[in-house]
Amino acid sequence: MDITPELVKRVAANARLNLKDEEIKKFAAEMKEILATFEKLSEVNTDKTEPSFHPIPVKNVAREDKTGECLDREKALSLTPHIKDPYFRGPKVL
Amino acid sequence: MITKFVKEAQAGKINLVEHTEKALEEAEKISKEYRYVTAWADAVERAKELQEQVTKGTAHGRLFGVLISVKDNICVKDVESTASSAILKTYKPVFNATVIQKCLNEGAIILGKTVQDEFGFGGFAVNTGKGYEKPLNPFDKKRATGGSSGGAAGLTKKATFPHIALAESTGGSIADPASFCGVVGICPTYGRVSRYGLIDYANSLDKIGTMALDIDDAALLLEIISGKDAHDSTSAELPVPSLDTAGAVNGLKIGIVKEAFAEGVDNNVRKSVMEAIYKLEQKGARRIELSLPLSMKYGLAAYYTLAMTEASTNLARYCGLRYGATDQLTGTYNEFFSRVRTNNFGEEAKRRLLLGTFARMAGYRDAFYTKAAQVRTKMLQEYAAAFKQVDVLITPTMPIVAPTFDEIKKLTPLQNYAMDILTVSPNLAGLPHISIPCGESNGLPIGLMVTGPHFAEQKIIQVAKAHGK
Repeated sequence: MDITPELVKRVAANARLNLKDEEIKKFAAEMKEILATFEKLSEVNTDKTEPSFHPIPVKNVAREDKTGECLDREKALSLTPHIKDPYFRGPKVL
Repeated sequence: MITKFVKEAQAGKINLVEHTEKALEEAEKISKEYRYVTAWADAVERAKELQEQVTKGTAHGRLFGVLISVKDNICVKDVESTASSAILKTYKPVFNATVIQKCLNEGAIILGKTVQDEFGFGGFAVNTGKGYEKPLNPFDKKRATGGSSGGAAGLTKKATFPHIALAESTGGSIADPASFCGVVGICPTYGRVSRYGLIDYANSLDKIGTMALDIDDAALLLEIISGKDAHDSTSAELPVPSLDTAGAVNGLKIGIVKEAFAEGVDNNVRKSVMEAIYKLEQKGARRIELSLPLSMKYGLAAYYTLAMTEASTNLARYCGLRYGATDQLTGTYNEFFSRVRTNNFGEEAKRRLLLGTFARMAGYRDAFYTKAAQVRTKMLQEYAAAFKQVDVLITPTMPIVAPTFDEIKKLTPLQNYAMDILTVSPNLAGLPHISIPCGESNGLPIGLMVTGPHFAEQKIIQVAKAHGK
């Protein structure tokens, strides 16, 4: 698979990472080698094989419809300087 | 060791405050030299509380007065918990992970947080986050502890006070450092222990487990933290058996995985593990050679594809706004997030973010992520067939003994990942496994790994103890 610097740049943007040109070049070469190993999975015949997203059977669990304890607002806001009471403050949108 | 101490502490024969102060002093000295602890809990304050219980006659709990160290990715209330990543620097959880609460309910004293590869991204504990020093092997400071639970393993080896460690494994992060540091490490079945309060690496792979100098202590802590938890929907609704079991192998069928003794495994490692198997045979075990061709050939690729994909979604939450590292609120949302993430994630975290993001992007998802999950199904089938023939599997834990930092530097990222060849498959299949010391090579410890079917923790402990007897 050809992992071009342009592709790495696109992936990095999706992952919200700013990479310098030399980093892109280095990661592209490494990714090419690593993904070539991952691609060997295509040798395995998985026709009619369901994917396992967990190693043991997992089912959806709904809790009882009762009010439980929640993290209170004061605590939730206590871990950042970016607050505008009683909310988190983010960068400008407009 | 722990049980006797607990009884004496409850009976007031040990002054817990003095004991804890002394232990803390020792732990600080060890950590200064070997770099194992990233943050300290208020252990002395807790010891005072427990000592008061002794005075009042209300002392209770199977871990009464025992110091428990906690891998940095497990949340401890009011103690900085960062998974050894700069992006979580300053994060002090406002709650305890379920495993921590269970330890406290049994009278434990939390010692502090142990260093790891950033978010668990490594097998040598050399990928600690920016600003975190790499832990040094207790046998030779030029060598790595193994990872990712490197601090936990190193401290377990060096501490002379009664201590058990809470560790965590995604692809081998308990067994690997336990092997390199010469301690016992148990990783339970996926779902046996609640992950509530664990800083996620890969949700379908992460398992909290234990480390100790002795099998009984590691088993006791595992029994205490096991069980269904309403806060974790993937925790298993199964009764927790007693893990206080005697060592016995008479009549048990032990599977020897052929590929795990093949080329690439150090001669001394192979020899020591084979000798241990021979001893188990003499105690009545039956040895059956078998092969796991699919798991041993494709396990690494399937594991890394799934682990990195899951990691890339988990790490999306770190945006610098609500907790942890941050920056001035300038630029657009995307510019702000990208700046905080770029400045704070380490190189291996970035590498895995790129690979994981790629493997789930439109156009590549089916060939990588879905394919790996299908191969996982086939691996689960292969293991299920093996466990129809045998009770447990035995392999070396790691193909080598602890390498030097210079040797590690020479490895490419791919060669680095390949060192996990023996641990990734049981982890991907969510199988319980235990690593125990089984000899030395040039003064460095060798690890033997016993793997069992799902929820057979008792059996792997039983076999491991038979070796030690």
